[in-house]
Amino acid sequence: MSKDQIIKSNFKTEEYFINMGPQHPATHGVLRLILTIDGEIIRNIEPDLGYIHRSIEKMCERDSYQQIVHLTDRMDYLSSHINNEAVCLVVEKGLEIEVPERVKVIRTIIAELTRIASHCLWWGVMGMDVGALTTYFYAFRDREMINDIFEETCGARLTMNYNIPGGLMFDIHPNFVKRVKDFITHFKTKIPEYDRLLTGNVIFQKRTKGIGILTKEDAISFGASGPVARASGVSCDIRKIHSYSAYDQVNFNEVLFTEGDSLSRYKVRIQELWESLSIIEQLIDNIPEGDIKVQTKAVIKLPKGEFYQRVETARGELGVYVNSTGTKNPYRLKFRSPGFSNLSVLNKIAKGYKIGDLVAIMSTIDIVVPDIDR
Amino acid sequence: MSYFSDIYNGIKTLLTGMRVTGGYFLNARKGTLTQQYPDNRETLKMFDRFRGEVVMPHDENNEHQCTGCQKCEIACPNGSIEIIWDRAIVEETGKKKKKIDQHIYHLSMCTMCGLCIEACPTDAIVWAQNFENSVYDRTQLTKVLNQPGSKVKDGIED
Repeated sequence: MSKDQIIKSNFKTEEYFINMGPQHPATHGVLRLILTIDGEIIRNIEPDLGYIHRSIEKMCERDSYQQIVHLTDRMDYLSSHINNEAVCLVVEKGLEIEVPERVKVIRTIIAELTRIASHCLWWGVMGMDVGALTTYFYAFRDREMINDIFEETCGARLTMNYNIPGGLMFDIHPNFVKRVKDFITHFKTKIPEYDRLLTGNVIFQKRTKGIGILTKEDAISFGASGPVARASGVSCDIRKIHSYSAYDQVNFNEVLFTEGDSLSRYKVRIQELWESLSIIEQLIDNIPEGDIKVQTKAVIKLPKGEFYQRVETARGELGVYVNSTGTKNPYRLKFRSPGFSNLSVLNKIAKGYKIGDLVAIMSTIDIVVPDIDR
Repeated sequence: MSYFSDIYNGIKTLLTGMRVTGGYFLNARKGTLTQQYPDNRETLKMFDRFRGEVVMPHDENNEHQCTGCQKCEIACPNGSIEIIWDRAIVEETGKKKKKIDQHIYHLSMCTMCGLCIEACPTDAIVWAQNFENSVYDRTQLTKVLNQPGSKVKDGIED
């Protein structure tokens, strides 16, 4: 035995626990990860949930169908409009009403703007997690424009509550179309800048390339959805396979990568920014005229039965399941949130890497903790 | 050999990124977004639809448009609105009519969902655009929206 081998065989390490969170800035909220680590190497990750549980599903059983909508703002707050849309679509499905074309198109445009805003925030925070502070400011500069559009049309910047069962709360603002077009021309010059600043950077590449590989089989068996699954080659875009609202009227590509590492999850989202822009461009010039809502009864009663609706939020597939007994409240309402399933792959893909990589992996999974806990 | 190409790539990507940030550094005055917030209160104008808090507008005769139908109270998801009402005899007709005594609004519980304002049939309550709602004592966040001595405008029926 050489001298080195003797030292190695006598060098003993012990595994120990360490808490990451619930107030760790890199966990994006109150998520607690119980890490079992050996030095710097992660052996096991156990997410401990429940710190921000607000029993939204139980509160929905108490509320009327109009009131449920505003609670979904507080789940995945970065794609609040899409959550609202999911609840409205399931109620409309139950009532068997067809919303006007205008509503569908406006809903789609705002949903895509929400997706861009969400991905912008994610891009800024992703850069910050791997040590590039500048990205945060650039992303927030562009997100600010979208927030202004929302504030002018919907009245709020984050928790918009613009959808109601049967349509929209009020019509779009007269400035809406102009502002969206301004944003598109502005943002088209900014995405290449994002690429130059971060995507090509050699430090960023080394932090993400080949790190946290999620295989296609694992992505399917863990129920991952959204950009996380699409980076592993799983075709799961609800906008394509179960088209809703105005997505059947537009042409867009489902972004697919096959590597499954952190960098491809990053690239999926950057590509999705382009796709979202193209969807908005196709719709913004021909918003059909018409009503902005179908008048529903003041007290909505869904017929007896079960209803399910899936939508694609910025994080993946959101499913809303309503079990109605024919009264004005749902008997049971369940949200299948994308964040929960996506978080469950964390232990699988981050095992064996270092803590610094865990931060980068978590950032590319793009978790929003209120969505996981509800 | 890869050692030197790594150095070359590292410096190249670094400079590519620096060109972006450097461009902004040199054109820092162009397209400034920073708002000098507490100092620009006079010029700062919020959007018309911005949801700040619920208010009840009164006209110059101290009259509002609330009939006390309680639709806002029912629509509110979290019990932010309470209406204390009474029935009073209208002198001309001799019939009893509902009138509000106090329209109580708990700003501390409000989630700004806007359902009450959608529900109101007479547009008695509207959104105000002020957003500086912080106070030192939370009892100040419970507000009575109708002014003392006010009454409902003539001809407003729900």
